[in-house]
Amino acid sequence: MRTKTILGLTTALTLAVSAFAAGADTIKIAFIDPLSGPFAGTGTNGLHQYQFAAEELVNKKGGVLDGDMFEIVAFDNKISPKESLIQLQVAIDQGIRYIAQGNSSGVANALTEAINKHNRRNPDGRVLFLNYSAVDPALTNDKCNFWHFRFDANADIKMDALTDSIVSNDAIEKVYIIGQDYSFGKAVAAAAVKYLGEKAPEIEIVGNELHPIGKVKDFTPYSRKIVASEADAVITGNWGADMVGLGKSVLENGFTGPIYTYYAAADGITAAFGDAGVGSLRLVAEGQLNPPANDTASEYIQAFKTKYPDGNLSQARITNVIEMLAKAINEAGTADDVVPVAYALAGMEHESLWGGQLMMRESDHQLIQNVHIMEHTDDVVYDYDNSGFGVKVVKTVEMAAADSPTSCQMRRP
Amino acid sequence: MDLILVNLIDGLVTGLLLFMLSAGLTLIFSMMGVLNFAHASFYMLGAYFAFQISLYIGFWMGLLIAPLVVGVLGAGVERYGLRRVHQYGHVPELIFTFGLALLIEEVVQFIWGKNQMPYATPEILQFTAFSIAGNSIPAYKIFMIFISIAIFIGLLYVLTRTRVGMIIQAALTYPKTVEALGHNVPLIFMGVFGVGTALAGVAGVIAGPVLGTFPGMAFVLGSIVFVTIVIGGLGSLWGALVASLLIGWITTFSKAYNLRMEDLLTWAGFTKPEPIWDSAWRDLWSITSPQIADILPYILMVLILIFRPYGLFGKRDA
Repeated sequence: MRTKTILGLTTALTLAVSAFAAGADTIKIAFIDPLSGPFAGTGTNGLHQYQFAAEELVNKKGGVLDGDMFEIVAFDNKISPKESLIQLQVAIDQGIRYIAQGNSSGVANALTEAINKHNRRNPDGRVLFLNYSAVDPALTNDKCNFWHFRFDANADIKMDALTDSIVSNDAIEKVYIIGQDYSFGKAVAAAAVKYLGEKAPEIEIVGNELHPIGKVKDFTPYSRKIVASEADAVITGNWGADMVGLGKSVLENGFTGPIYTYYAAADGITAAFGDAGVGSLRLVAEGQLNPPANDTASEYIQAFKTKYPDGNLSQARITNVIEMLAKAINEAGTADDVVPVAYALAGMEHESLWGGQLMMRESDHQLIQNVHIMEHTDDVVYDYDNSGFGVKVVKTVEMAAADSPTSCQMRRP
Repeated sequence: MDLILVNLIDGLVTGLLLFMLSAGLTLIFSMMGVLNFAHASFYMLGAYFAFQISLYIGFWMGLLIAPLVVGVLGAGVERYGLRRVHQYGHVPELIFTFGLALLIEEVVQFIWGKNQMPYATPEILQFTAFSIAGNSIPAYKIFMIFISIAIFIGLLYVLTRTRVGMIIQAALTYPKTVEALGHNVPLIFMGVFGVGTALAGVAGVIAGPVLGTFPGMAFVLGSIVFVTIVIGGLGSLWGALVASLLIGWITTFSKAYNLRMEDLLTWAGFTKPEPIWDSAWRDLWSITSPQIADILPYILMVLILIFRPYGLFGKRDA
């Protein structure tokens, strides 16, 4: 009797599984980012945005191909490049073909190299790298490869837009650059010096400084120097606690000019600044939440806030990743062989959920999109951190840096 | 010249804050002979409790209640944790406090999440007290200075002028004798531990709004507190004060002025190797003082340990 039951169960299970396999597959996307440690907040929020985008934008609309569903599989890399490579191997061993990662260019550099090597050695099991946040310019220049696609505007493109905004403001004659002492902070400083020098040599750079990353307890001495230098504006690439610490301290100690930033929003930062940041904090980023670009965007934001009341739609580009990947898979007609998918992605044009056109540049796989200058304010429809404050677009650079040069020499299969 | 005065004030604020943390730690050390690794965690708890309380009944009640809660918690840890571990010797005690520090950090992340909390200075103190040559000194900083000085004077008075203080001091050095005289020594230990952690709590309450209330705040300050009490001399209140101020001023001044190693080496008679980017000494020549400001206290600690192992004001031989 018992044997029979087990036999029956097994048969049923086998049938069920094969039926499932015949009908619809799941297409797995590995999400390799920090889910523990000091940057877990950012990572977890990103994961939620991926899961929500996959569910809303693909699965609820019937999936891709003939009903294949997207599934986001999370891997914790503790923001360490070494750990990321281990997790990449685990993901590849599980048969996952799509790798999404964003936090830290250090990790992205390690991953893109490893994926390039893996794809060369294993033509049957190639994978694609969907980089949604790592903005080191090198990734789409010297270190570019056919398998890497970047969906965020890189540090140079952002700095280009940011310096445009500075140059158009006649009140700014002196600029102070300060950042964290590592590759990204240095890249920001170098780009700022380069673009300001080209566009407005009359603007004086009165300070260019790096501070230890994540170790400064009190930013007061730095703020004193900034105030004493009589700078009219501050440029910083700081993020996380370093952004809050620096920004609050500078404002508290008497600085009144604009502070141009890359990452001074969401993840508790908006709430921490609150009223103090109004009129000073500027942000350069893609993806427009305020004012909402259209009704679809509004509905999407509301639905996300219903599901994750404490979450933030801080990385609008994640929807672009999911939508464009789905489109590419449909165009290629397969999800297993990533080569046609990559060819479909390269050169793809797409209408963003957040308004504006997107174009994946063929020459270096850098997404060309609208880049906005935003302002920290309480005059918003959708806030961050449930604080009543958020960021509002004040200036837009259409298809920023579409014709910028690249040193990328891509070898295509 | 004006900037020197401003930096003196900034350094004083940093130093006094450090003092509130190290005062409790150094007391606890001289009592139990064990470094309390969880001390900075109590500082973090102070900030988080005060933030939570301030949401409901305002900053000032937070300043009053949060340190009490932290002190009671600290006393509880001594009574039900450390006292039991004590019989197995110092190493288990050390490991116990280390584990406690990790536990508290996880619990804080579990309850409040990983993001920074919007804990702000009270409205009544959000103005510029005065400014020196365009550098404004926020009123809150003046408030921090007064609170810390008041606590130092209070502590000094209790320890040296009152009967309770005398019993505590006696219990620190001769616990057996004090016990034989009919005093409840375990109770004294518990009290000192509670007061020490409450002091860390006060530091957290007043530092939270300016230095940020986030799960990493204990870690950022943890190691520097140990450095302070080692420099000042383990168990010495005056030592803790002097070392805290010293560290506060050293780090503030080295960050505020871009002293370059290049100038120092040239002054000392060395010639700069050319071209500098090919030289093996490149990193040494390009150092500036803000870059190394945060490790200067550690260098000072090493020097102190070499030349005066018991610290500036310590009595005990190492």
